[in-house]
Amino acid sequence: MNPRPEAAAILTRTEVSKVKDRNVRFQGKKTKDSGKIFKRLMKYILKNYKWHIAIVVICIFISVLANVQGTLFLKTLVDVYILPLIGSDNPDYGNLLAAILKVAAFYGIGVLATYTYNRIMVNVSQGTLKNLRTDMFVHMESLPIKYFDTHAHGDIMSTYTNDIDTLRQMVSQSMPQLLSSVITVVSVFVSMLRLNIPLTFVTLFMVAVMLSVTKKLAGLSGKYFIAQQKDLGMLNGYIEEMMDGQKVVKVFCHEEESIEKFDSLNDKLFESADAANRFANILMPINAQLGNISYVLCTMVGGVLALNTVGGFTLGGLASFLTFNKSFNMPINQVSQQLNSIVMAMAGAARIFNLLDETPETDEGYVSLVNVYEENGTFKETEEYTGKWAWKHVHKADGTVDYKELKGDVVFDDVDFGYNDDKIVLHNIKLYAKPGQKIAFVGSTGAGKTTITNLINRFYDIQDGKIRYDGININKIKKADLRHSLGIVLQDTHLFTNTVMENIRYGKLDATDDEVIAAAKLANAHGFIKHLPNGYDTMLTGDGANLSQGQRQLLAIARAAVANPPVLILDEATSSIDTRTEKIVQDGMDKLMAGRTTFVIAHRLSTVRNSDCIVVLEQGRIIEKGTHEELIECKGKYYQLYTGNVQNS
Amino acid sequence: MIKTLAAQIKEFKKDSILTPVYMLLEVIMETIIPLMMASIIDDGVNKGNVKHIYIMGAAMTVIAAIGLFAGVMGGKYGARASAGFARNLRKAMYENIQTFSFSNIDHYSTAGLVTRLTTDVTNLQNAYQMILRMCMRAPASMICAMTMAFFINARLASIYLIAVIILGVLLAIIMLNAHKYFNQVFRRYDDLNAGVQENVSAIRVVKAYVREDYEKNIFAKASTNVYKMFVKAESIITFNAPLMQLTVYSCILIISWLGAKSIVAGNLETGELMSLLTYCMNILMSLMMLSFVFVMITMSMASAERITEVLNEVPDIKNSENPVTEVKDGGIVFEDVEFSYNKNSEETVLKNININIKSGETIGIIGGTGSAKTSLVNLISRLYDVQKGRVLVGGIDVKEYDLETLRNSVSVVLQKNVLFSGTILENLRWGNKDASKEECKEACVLACADEFIERFPQKYDTHIEQGGTNVSGGQKQRLCIARALLKKPKVLILDDSTSAVDTATDAKIKEAFAKSIPGTTKLIIAQRISSVQNADRILVMDDGMINGFGTHEELLKTNEIYRDVYESQTGSSGDFDQNGGE
Repeated sequence: MNPRPEAAAILTRTEVSKVKDRNVRFQGKKTKDSGKIFKRLMKYILKNYKWHIAIVVICIFISVLANVQGTLFLKTLVDVYILPLIGSDNPDYGNLLAAILKVAAFYGIGVLATYTYNRIMVNVSQGTLKNLRTDMFVHMESLPIKYFDTHAHGDIMSTYTNDIDTLRQMVSQSMPQLLSSVITVVSVFVSMLRLNIPLTFVTLFMVAVMLSVTKKLAGLSGKYFIAQQKDLGMLNGYIEEMMDGQKVVKVFCHEEESIEKFDSLNDKLFESADAANRFANILMPINAQLGNISYVLCTMVGGVLALNTVGGFTLGGLASFLTFNKSFNMPINQVSQQLNSIVMAMAGAARIFNLLDETPETDEGYVSLVNVYEENGTFKETEEYTGKWAWKHVHKADGTVDYKELKGDVVFDDVDFGYNDDKIVLHNIKLYAKPGQKIAFVGSTGAGKTTITNLINRFYDIQDGKIRYDGININKIKKADLRHSLGIVLQDTHLFTNTVMENIRYGKLDATDDEVIAAAKLANAHGFIKHLPNGYDTMLTGDGANLSQGQRQLLAIARAAVANPPVLILDEATSSIDTRTEKIVQDGMDKLMAGRTTFVIAHRLSTVRNSDCIVVLEQGRIIEKGTHEELIECKGKYYQLYTGNVQNS
Repeated sequence: MIKTLAAQIKEFKKDSILTPVYMLLEVIMETIIPLMMASIIDDGVNKGNVKHIYIMGAAMTVIAAIGLFAGVMGGKYGARASAGFARNLRKAMYENIQTFSFSNIDHYSTAGLVTRLTTDVTNLQNAYQMILRMCMRAPASMICAMTMAFFINARLASIYLIAVIILGVLLAIIMLNAHKYFNQVFRRYDDLNAGVQENVSAIRVVKAYVREDYEKNIFAKASTNVYKMFVKAESIITFNAPLMQLTVYSCILIISWLGAKSIVAGNLETGELMSLLTYCMNILMSLMMLSFVFVMITMSMASAERITEVLNEVPDIKNSENPVTEVKDGGIVFEDVEFSYNKNSEETVLKNININIKSGETIGIIGGTGSAKTSLVNLISRLYDVQKGRVLVGGIDVKEYDLETLRNSVSVVLQKNVLFSGTILENLRWGNKDASKEECKEACVLACADEFIERFPQKYDTHIEQGGTNVSGGQKQRLCIARALLKKPKVLILDDSTSAVDTATDAKIKEAFAKSIPGTTKLIIAQRISSVQNADRILVMDDGMINGFGTHEELLKTNEIYRDVYESQTGSSGDFDQNGGE
């Protein structure tokens, strides 16, 4: 007998929801690679849990053996302790009691072993998942921006949720079950052979029948399962689209058409879900009843054999054998039920490994940013914060070190850039910004304004040309230090689930509360923060959903202000906020820009006019460059943009 | 709740009833087999009756075959019943959602509705199948096996009864304890994933401030925390398997001991002892199964509640009883209108609105965020109902119109607008499904969309991706305007619908409107003064009230807010570039 309950059905919270359309795309191809992925997953688990797994295997072995000896005891019970005593007037049960106690002792060990391996598996499976999660996150943080541009965020998230979840099912349930099934099948098979060879063959024959039926049904079920996933994906896609546009549906009175298409997709899903579930459902009863038929055949054949005591086969032997027959069929049944979840888990594991295999951002920089103080006209490095920074340049050739003060001088020297090598989007960009200057980029959407600013902090690497920061090629500067020296205010503000205080402090982790408040004041954010229910301790959730667009921008400005970088990159907001709030935001930005080298993607006239240099971009090229007066003078594109706008207002 | 859900079984009632019936049949067949096995051994083998062995063997095969048939049928009907139930649930929800008014829709988030229609339904589908198949099977299997055991030997069988009670209580304790922990764990787990989500969308901020290590530390800590909680929760249920084993083993040994004595004493036969041992497994496994079903059902309760919520939601805007099916003209009147999104709240969004707009007029609407511009125009096509006062279109209260008539005559281009996957032509025909290609083109020319559509290689057959991601913001807005124009409306409302269109094109569109559809009343909400200054009259909204209403020149003279906005936009901090232009 094998009382192996499906461990932890309580964990099925996500099993029920694991039918995700994403699986469709991978199903076909991945079944082939499943073996490879399985191997890799095993390696991953064994890396940290070699000894755990060894103990688990030993414990499963003990647990199975305890079970087998118990079953074999049936034979002894019937043949040695029952049949000979039948008819005796004064039966002596002393030996029987001793035998039962011995079996009980073994059973006890078996139960302990079962508990031990189950308990260890909790650590192994949860630990493995924890390691996977952490590895994924750590790796993800190291990936270049390009990765996030080219992968849907929903897909990335789904790796953390769905894929890890299906894997949890497999590691914590299917794996130990598989292991125990294999050990059970082997040990029971050996025991059966020892009891009776012809009956073993009868059992084997029926198992062969069961396996072939399973294979056939699993194939059919798999086919419809894929169809179901596809239909589910289609329906989900339609639902998502329509729910998103539900208000448009109402405005256009499109309800009936919307229902009509929904019905046809819904019916299609019903058909395939019905078929897929049907074949999955009947697999279990068919195998169970085939198992019963196997049991019946063995009873019949065994009965006849025992009757004639062929080859010393006894009634007790038959009793044991029949129990073995059940123990032999059960794991086969169980494993066949786990197949689907294993295939799904492998698809999930494949996506997890894909994420882990992505090439991380490379950094060959060796110039670092250090605090310095001036002594006799030269810079000395120090650990302490001095308010003065310098680039520490270690020359590879002779090992000499020199320090160059951080000033914020940025030069673009004939830069070409494309997101792919074969599609250059920025051509021959040449510009320079002296410390403290304000450079404004103007031009229509898609002209390449944002792209240029993304090159300075090396979110993307350029194809050709050079960008120099204080005279140093930025490729030689350590990325972390380069980015530390730049402050960025993005057009879309992102806030974290934390207090207002912590969100601002994100710019400089060791900033004191006073520094944070000072930064908020500089950014014009103090005013509204004071009026929040808990002031600076107000919790922000859902990317600052409880704040207005303008308030979120003010926080982003405060965050840049607390970092206090010599160079700023600003992406001004377009007119998504009303004019009054805009004034406050504008004011904050102006204060932040004062005295710093600033690259600004400008939308406001005042910003543009007050810039030291205006760069007009069109289709990835600089077409005009100069001060406001100069550009107005030459009556080019800028003049058009400028006057065109005024005309219309 | 159960009643609402059960009502959706509908045409699958037959399948839902047949499933447990067949499951019962299968269980009965399964329970008979060990009994017959006992007979083979006791009456056949022990008594040397070969013929009896064959007869019983044949009978058992037949029984197993019937069991197989019943099992297959049960599986088949179970699949159909649950897949059908899911289909009906989805259909009922979807149809109900279609009747939702805007305020009903506001009540749910898009993601919330999608989850209810997808994941929640799948959860219920699985739970329903489980209930149909297992809720009958597990207890039936237990009762049948127990009955048989009692039938064979009541004294020995009572051991099972005791075992079931003890195991049942222990399992319940374990499950309840674990459930509590798991609820906590899953909440933390969701938080952890929310953190990842934040990092993914804010990756530029993380990288710009070089906070990768900081984030990694936070995540590693949270992840370890979740790990510890999971281990704690799961280690509770690791008691399940050994506990089950312990009970089974104890039963086997006690039955062996007592059974051996009984056989020797002549009260029991060997075969009967063997079948008793088989029933032991049946009984205890069923109990285990039952506890899982129970957990499964509790877990799907949350889904069931969410689905019921949608099914029971009553749309708060209904067609009038004797609807008016024609809108005479595009005249709009607001009479003492008061409006708030929440009926019970004191906070009114619109107060004291009295406007009279003549048919064919062009009205600009301007005001800061939260000044209720959108709320105002949404009342015209009865997307929301007023709390007090009346809104009249063509001289008749909007509540008296047939909703479809009204909305076809009052065409709104929503602020947050959506294109659907399909070709441009298909999208345009949302406005009028019988529109010819020429009519569509005409509307596009008006909306200045024709110029860029013609530049696409496939022109009007260009495929629009879901959400319109393959066209720029300005292009999307122009397509939405064209779509609204195809209704040939009497009133056209543009709710900040040209914000991403450059100023020159914006002016061109407005010009075309004035020339080509002079009879249509046009309401234009905008942030830019330039978009509205040529309107016949301009409405200045402030904090839910009308602050000024007049021509550009009048307002410049008399209205402070208008003047402020005008000066700020033409002065030093005005818009510089053409946002979103091509």
